[in-house]
Order: sequence, then structure tokens, then C-alpha cells
Amino acid sequence: MTTTEDRPATEIGNPRLRKEDARLITGRTRWTDNIVLPGMQHIAMVRSPFAHARITSIDTEAARAATGVVAVITGADIADEQGALPNAWAVVSDQQAPVHPSMAVDHVAFAGEIVAMVIARTAAEANDAAELVDVDYEELAPALELRAAARDEVIAHPDLGTNVSAVWAYDSAESGTGGDVEAAIAAARNGGIVIEKEIRQQRLIPAFMEPRAIVVDPTTEQMTVWSSTQVPHFVRIFIALVLGIPESKIRVIAPDVGGGFGGKLQFTPEEVLTVIAARRTGKPCKYCETRSESLMAAHHGRDQWQQVTLAATADGTVTGLKVELTVDMGAYLGLVTSAIPLLGAFMYNGIYKFPSYHLGITNVFTNKTWTDAYRGAGRPEATYAIERVMDELAARVGVDPLEIRERNWIKHEEFPFSTVSGLQYDSGNYEAATAKARELFGYDDLRKEQAERRESGDPVQLGIGISTYTEMCGLAPSRWLGSMGYVGGGWEHAAVRMLPTGKVEVVTGTSPHGQGHETAWSQLVADRLGVAFEDVEVLHGDTQVAVRGLDTYGSRSLAVGGMAVLAAADKVIEKAKPIAAQLLEANTDDLDFSAGRYGVRGTDAGMTLAELAFAVFQGHKLDGSAEGCLDADATLDPDDFSFPHGTHLCAVEVDTETGETKIRSYVSVDDVGVVVNPLIVEGQVHGGLAQGIAQALYEEAVHDDSGTLITGSFDQYLLPGAPDLPRFETARTETPATTNQLGVKGVGEAGTIASTPAVVNAIVDALRPLGVTDVVMPCTPYRVWKAIQEGAQS
Amino acid sequence: MIPAPFEYFAPATIDEALGLLREHSDAKVLAGGQSLMPALRLRLAAPDTIVDLAKIDELRGVRDDGDVLVIGAMTPHSVVQSSPVVNEHARLISLATATVGDPQIRHRGTFGGSLAHADPAADLPAVAVALDASFVIAGPDGRRTVSAADFFQGVFSTALGEDELLVEVRVPKYTGWGAHYEKFNRVAQAWSIVSVAAAVRLDGDSIAEARVALGNMGSTPVRATAVEQALVGGPATADAVREAAARAADGTSPVTDLNGDADYRRHLATVLTRRAVLAAAGTA
Ligand SMILES: Cc1cc2nc3c(=O)[nH]c(=O)nc-3n(C[C@H](O)[C@H](O)[C@H](O)COP(=O)(O)OP(=O)(O)OC[C@H]3O[C@@H](n4cnc5c(N)ncnc54)[C@H](O)[C@@H]3O)c2cc1C
Repeated sequence: MTTTEDRPATEIGNPRLRKEDARLITGRTRWTDNIVLPGMQHIAMVRSPFAHARITSIDTEAARAATGVVAVITGADIADEQGALPNAWAVVSDQQAPVHPSMAVDHVAFAGEIVAMVIARTAAEANDAAELVDVDYEELAPALELRAAARDEVIAHPDLGTNVSAVWAYDSAESGTGGDVEAAIAAARNGGIVIEKEIRQQRLIPAFMEPRAIVVDPTTEQMTVWSSTQVPHFVRIFIALVLGIPESKIRVIAPDVGGGFGGKLQFTPEEVLTVIAARRTGKPCKYCETRSESLMAAHHGRDQWQQVTLAATADGTVTGLKVELTVDMGAYLGLVTSAIPLLGAFMYNGIYKFPSYHLGITNVFTNKTWTDAYRGAGRPEATYAIERVMDELAARVGVDPLEIRERNWIKHEEFPFSTVSGLQYDSGNYEAATAKARELFGYDDLRKEQAERRESGDPVQLGIGISTYTEMCGLAPSRWLGSMGYVGGGWEHAAVRMLPTGKVEVVTGTSPHGQGHETAWSQLVADRLGVAFEDVEVLHGDTQVAVRGLDTYGSRSLAVGGMAVLAAADKVIEKAKPIAAQLLEANTDDLDFSAGRYGVRGTDAGMTLAELAFAVFQGHKLDGSAEGCLDADATLDPDDFSFPHGTHLCAVEVDTETGETKIRSYVSVDDVGVVVNPLIVEGQVHGGLAQGIAQALYEEAVHDDSGTLITGSFDQYLLPGAPDLPRFETARTETPATTNQLGVKGVGEAGTIASTPAVVNAIVDALRPLGVTDVVMPCTPYRVWKAIQEGAQS
Repeated sequence: MIPAPFEYFAPATIDEALGLLREHSDAKVLAGGQSLMPALRLRLAAPDTIVDLAKIDELRGVRDDGDVLVIGAMTPHSVVQSSPVVNEHARLISLATATVGDPQIRHRGTFGGSLAHADPAADLPAVAVALDASFVIAGPDGRRTVSAADFFQGVFSTALGEDELLVEVRVPKYTGWGAHYEKFNRVAQAWSIVSVAAAVRLDGDSIAEARVALGNMGSTPVRATAVEQALVGGPATADAVREAAARAADGTSPVTDLNGDADYRRHLATVLTRRAVLAAAGTA
């Protein structure tokens, strides 16, 4: 396999502006809602206002009679036709799950569940008529509080008889990856240190910028489905499987998609119902959710209780970690709902090398919106738990939290390292990232200022928060996914095509929704083929164009999809070789490929790929000994995950009079391996930081006692804006991954994973002298103030 | 979302608008739409008729009228915020207006709309109460003037009748006073959890006159008279102000919500009042 060193790396590392941004930012592009088809009808959904109820009757007469209404459809009307929504990841063989209908038939299990839909000539008419659908409900007691639900106090799905969906465990002693954690804890209780902590991972809403939207045109030979989704390939397969339409009769297009953050890694009720509406009426149908619907009914994320027990020796050497998770599935299992905690299961040990580990997971149903992937998916929860607890350990030992980490982390020279959770970390350099962060942050000066403010009793206290994280990226080796119970694979596909005029078409199976693949993949191919960046066009997100693919999530696109692109480009170079030899009347052994040109060694003779492409197009001079085609496909299954890591440092000022937290400075040093486009990496880090900080300070989906979402608008569900965030100082170290040919890792989730514990650690650090040892997220001024009051009393 | 259907009128004069309100019993007045449009789109409000005030020029603008400033109900926040006469004679209004929402909202939203809407968490009602503004209301029987204290009657509820319009607000001049608006919220664009509007006139080192009002400490803005009385005649020192501000929450019954309970709000009121008064005194 070729390596990067022997090729001029002109594009790799080039901070190019993204070629897709002009159209995305101006909106002059194909957002799904911009699609207008002749005769197109519009859909409005009627949703349950109750978290748990029986539907006793639905009167649709008035709605049917309203102006412009084409049809009103209830769950009973399509009970046989709608099938059930899939869960693609049974974490245990006896996993319990209720049937997941796209439209409730007689039982609703969360507020926001669809109970009827109106199809009308205009969106306004559909909305007006939806208000006339008269649904009678018999309210049932809702299962809302997660831990009470885990005890089956109230049952979310009476037919199921229990709220517990699955119980899963990993134990290092049983798996042979370490010792017995109970023994470690027992030993630590005897002269060592045991930290026990109950952590709440609050429920979050992905809150992508473009609400979900679907257009279905049933009049084409292949029914065309446009959806604002991260996963067009999944959507195609599931429409086929769920609705019994031959896959060959379905084309799915994810046009430009305005964000996802995991929230659009889903096969949705709305997709199924829009297809049903179009199929039944024989006309194109459009459904665009409102922001209120999006916040209420698009899947949520996080929502766990974490019971953490850390054992250590008196000097702070960690000897074991035990974690019991109770995880809120919400009302149903979506695509990978059940596996979200599993994706974090191997990350609780973080960057540390302690010898024993146990993780237990209990997946539980409640009568709330179903949960599923949200940026980081399982790994932010894991990182938060270990990084918060490491700070508590440092406090107990009485050393600087950076020092406690250093005592326990895997040293540079110890890679590759087999972890206590059974993964193999291929590479990493925690010392380098931490040293760099420490310097950029001015760590020692800030500690000095902190001491002074404590001394003077300043009402505004300074806190320093640390997060040294790692994560697993590049979902995923297919064999690993299979071994964990996932029905799909983790490979990726790409095609590279030389056009007659010398331009290059690249087709990727990944499906960008803000990540900038058009730019980054162009850079990859320009470098590899020696063509101009501008000559490369990247196509994606349409199953007629990108026929094979597994789409975008889990920081997989570059590490898996990008490597498939390179593999296809390498095949093009290989395919060109015999053709060049023939046309140049040379022996293939005498040809060298460099800077986009096959040259005959020792002579000036040679042909560029563009010239070869044109010669292939003409075919005049080919003798038929080699295939006359410079197009190639490649499918690539990754060997292993990649493991980005880094050190984030956060300084906060906490106003002890009001409880307000202000982030004063934030330094992130991320090691994401080789960087293709530093500007894109920077953008991913910035966005990730904003989302992770928002979990720490602002966001929480809150339901009232009847299960209604209180935070049902951006008025209540607070997202930070630019004025609320500090200037981020981002830097990198570069330790190439050894698990792929370019040495890249993944950066899509790093910022989100790392930043939440950095902020909360900083707040607790500021307030520790006031008796505060924890603040529940989001750390609102009110909660911080209360923690200070309680600290003063204790 | 799409509002329920309504009939739409855009009259050019106040009289025409009043006529429309008389004719249509289920009518709503539309000013900048920054509160009404969301309510319509969420179908929390579904009036039969919308009377849009956008074309009524006589409702717009800021005038200097001797002892008072007159601010037309339809004057956008952005105009109020950048008005030199407002800045000179009622600086508290400039400061508070600058904290309303974001620039887009301040360009569409109006001074009168914000007051007529009477959201307990809004910024301008407390300012109007602090400054003893009077509200000129036009109705079927002509015009009447209502004091700020009487204008705000409850959550989203004012002295305005259904067939009446807020025409303008008259604000006494506070030339030479120091002013400060202290808004406490979680993100820059959010409504306040508690806010304090303070204006003081100094005589040498001591406080000669003080106006303090609290936002979101009840269903209507609260004039902190106990604080004002404690301040007047005293020095503008940290200790004196702290002592006076300790009374800020006297007699208030603020709500409990996700942002805090009543105790927290009462505590915030004292802290923010101290800060607001000290800052106001610092600019006097
Ligand atoms: C995202 C966002 C953030 C915001 N943040 C803040 C904030 O931080 N602080 C704050 O104070 N406000 C905030 N606002 C509200 C903003 O200040 C609006 O300007 C204000 O609420 C209403 O003014 P308007 O001109 O838009 O009135 P409209 O929305 O048009 O009308 C509001 C109500 O007042 C009535 N009305 C309007 N004018 C008259 C009149 N002349 N006579 C009789 N009745 C009338 C209407 O019928 C309606 O009931 C925010 C709004 C948004 C959308």
C-alpha cells in the first residue's frame, strides 16, 4: 500500500474554503422544502397531546369536509399497511420492545406521537383541517421518571408488561481483559479511596437547523423520496422492508441537508407516512415538520442515570471502575436506540490503564419521546463520567487534577495498548497534547489567580476544568458490528470516474449534511490523481448516483468513506497503467505515475490522466488488451476504529452571588491524526464545543408531571448563540492513526465529547472551597446558586 | 407553522384603525409582530381579523415636547435605542431597549407593542414604571391617559380595552440622572429571569432622587418603593446601597419556573438592585 510520504502532499493539509458553502449559506439550493412538484399535495400530522393514552375514537368527518382536503388517514386505516418501524440493533437476544407503528392505532405512548394525517392541496389547508380532527383519548398513567420506570412502577406499554428492554453487561474479569472490580473496590475500601457518584445525563434535543422534511413522488418509475436525512441508503432499504415495496422501485435522495447531529440518523414515521400518502393518492406529497413538532417528536438524546464507583489506592492510582447505567429509551426503539449506551461501553476507561472494569446497562421504556443517536452517542456520557470522577479523585488525594490524570494515563511508549474494556488503542500521545494545552492555557498563571481570588474572598471565583478524552471513531469494522448484534455492516463505498475532458467525478457513499465532504474528498482525489482541486466534483446522497453506501454518522466519513475514495482513485491509477503503456509504446515496468502523469522512466515521454481519459473516450488506438475505462469502484471495510484524543482546558468565572457561570477561556488541543483540511477540522471542533458546552450550561428537555414537553420551543429549550460562547483557542497535535492508510482519525464528535466535563469540572473547581462537590447539568445559575447554598450548610 | 385564516386590514390612520376594531369583535392589533406572529403561528391566538398598524405614520417617532418625551407606539426598538433625545433625557430606556432580543427583533418589534403585550419578563414595562411614564390610549370615546402603574394589570393584561389602541407614551425628562438597566438571563437572546431598572439623581455625594423598578418579580412590574425611600438622602456608597437594596424583594411574589424558584428570584432582586443602583450612581 502506498503511504503519504512518497507523494507531494499539496492538498492534504490545505485549509481550503469549502466549495459547498456559497449555496448552503445563501439557501439557493435544494433544501427539501424548496422542492415543488406539479400537483404536489401537503401533509399535516395530528399528534397526541398526551404522553400515555388509549385512543377511544377519531372523528375525521369535519376534516374531510374542509376546503382542499384530499384525504384524512388514521392509524386504523393503515394498520395492516404501515408495518413496524425497525430497530436495527438488538443488544441482547431477548430484547423486549413494543411494536413501533408509524401512526398509533389505539395506544399512544408519548406526547407527539402521530394519530392521524391530513392530505390537502395546500399546506395551509392541511393545517387548518388537522385542527378539525377530533380524537377522543382515555388517559393512562404515564411512566416518566426513569428510575421509577426501571422499577416498573408504572408501565409505559401495558401489553409489554415491563419497562425493561434489555440488560447488558461487560466485565473485565469475565472477558479476560482485566481483574475483578468488586475485589478492587473491596480492597480500596480498606485504606484506599472509593469515589461513588450518581450522575445525571439530562435528556437533550439534537435541534438541527433544518427541521425534517420529506417529499415523495410516486409517479416516477422508481418512486422518488427526498428526505432531510443523514442516511438515504438506510431509508431506501427500510422503505422496502417496512412497506413491502421492491427496493429496485425506490430512489432516495438526501438533497442538501441542514444538519443532523445524529438526529437524522433515523428511519422515521414521517417518512413511512409520506410514502403511504403518496402511494394512496398517486400524487407527489410533501411533509415539512414545524419546529415545535421537531422538538417534540424527532428523537432525543442522552437521558441516563450513571451510578459510578471508582476504586483507587491512597496515592490516586486507579484500580477499578464500576458503572451501572439506567438508560431512557423513551417510548419506542428507533434505529439504534438500544445500542447508544453500548457505543459508550468501551470508553468509560478513557485514556487510563486501570486493571478492572465492570459496566452494566439497563435499557428502560418511558412515555417520553424515543431517544437515539445524538452527537457522540454514548461516548460523551462515558467521558463525562470518568473525567468528572477523576477530578473528584484528585480532590480526595489532594493533588492537581492534571497530575492525577498523568499518574493513570497510558504512556506514549505503551501504544498499541489493549484496554480493560477490550479495545486496542493503536496510537496516542496524551503527554504531548496535555503539554501543549497547558502552555496555551497559561495553566500555572490561572492557578495562581485562582488562589488569589480564593484568598481575597472575591465574589467571582475562578475555576479550571480539565478533560482529557479519547473516543472511538470510524464506525465500524463490519465484523465488530456483527459481533455486537447490529444487523448492518460498517463498510463504505466510493467510485472515481475520469471524464473525457479530464474532469473527475467522485461518488461517495457517505452523506454529508454540513461536514464538507465535497471539499475534503476533492482534496483527497486531487492529491492522489494529481489533478486540480477545481476539476473534482463530488456526488452523494442519491441512491441512483451513489448506489452503494452506508452514509454519515459516528465520525466515520473520512476514516472509512474517505479511504474508500482513495482506494477507488488508486484503482483508476492502476487501470490507466496498461493503457498508458500501450499508447506510449512502453513496458508497464518502465512507467512511473507522478503528479497526474504516467511518464516513461528516463525519457520525456508521458501522458497525463486527462490525456489518457480522452484517448479512452475515443478508443481509436486501444488494442483491447486492457479494459478501455478509467472508472473504478471500491468498497472498504475498516480494520479497526480510530482513537482521536486530546486535552481540553476551560476557565470559568462563577459569580457566587447569582450563580452565573461565564467561560473566560477555552483551550482545546485535539489529536485527530493527519488533517486533510484544517479549516473543516476547526469548524467541527467549534461546533462540537458549542454543543458540549450547551449540555453543561444550557440545554435540557424537560417534561411536566403529565409528560408534556415544557421545553417545546427555543424560548424554553435554550441554545447558546455566538454572544454566549467564548473565543475558542484550538490547536492540534498529530499522531497518525495506524488503522487506515492516511493516518486520519475522526473529528465530528470530539468537541462535544470533550467539552462537557471540562466545563462542569471548572465550575466545581471554582466552588470546591465553598463545599460544592457537584452541580447537576445543565448548570443553570439557579442550580449553581443552590449548590453554593447547600455547600455552605454542609 | 401556518396561522389560522384571518382577515387582514392595514389602515392608514388611527381613526380608521379604531373603526375597524369597533366593527370586528374578534380583532387583534398587529404592531411589529414579534410576539403576536409567534402566537398566531403556534395557533395560540387565532383572531378573525388582524388590524396592522404598520401604515399609520402618526404612531411612529420620538418627539421632544417640553418637559416630556413622547414616543409613538409604533416606533421600532432600534429607533428608540439610537434616539439622541431618549439617550439624553431617558437614558434608562436606551439602555433597556438595547437588551431586547437581538438586532432583527429590535428592528421589527416596537416600543408600544412591547408595552401593550405586557409580558412580565419583558424589559420595557419595568422601565416605564420606574420612570412614571404615562400611556395615551385612543378608543371609541376619544383619548385617555393612564399612568404606568395603572396600565399594567396582570400577565399579558393591561388597561387597554379590546377596541382601544395605545397611541403614545409620555415620559418625564430625567436629564442629568444616572441610569442602569440590569438584566439577568441565561443566554444573550433570552428573556430576563429578573431585571432591575434604576435611575438616580445625585446631589453631591448623596442620592437626591431614585427610581427603581423590578421586572419579572410578579405578574406586573414592581416599583421598589422601599428601596427608593431608603436610598434618598443617603450616600451613594456600596454599604448604603447594599442596605437599601436588601429591601428590593419586599412584598413581591415572583413565579417559580425552570430558571429559578421564588426565593432565588427574591435573592437575585436584592443583588441586581444593588448593582443597578451603584452603576446608575456611577454614571450620574
Ligand atoms: C426571539 C425573541 C426574543 C425577544 N426577546 C425579548 C427580550 O429580551 N426582551 C423583551 O422585552 N422583549 C423581547 N421580545 C419581544 C419584543 O420585544 C417584541 O417587540 C414585543 O414583545 C412586542 O412588540 P411588537 O411590536 O412586536 O408587537 P406585536 O407582536 O405586533 O404585538 C404584541 C401584542 O401587543 C398588541 N399591540 C401591539 N401594539 C399595540 C397598540 N399600539 N395598541 C394596542 N395593542 C397593541 C398586539 O395586539 C399584541 O397582542 C423578543 C421577541 C422575540 C421573537
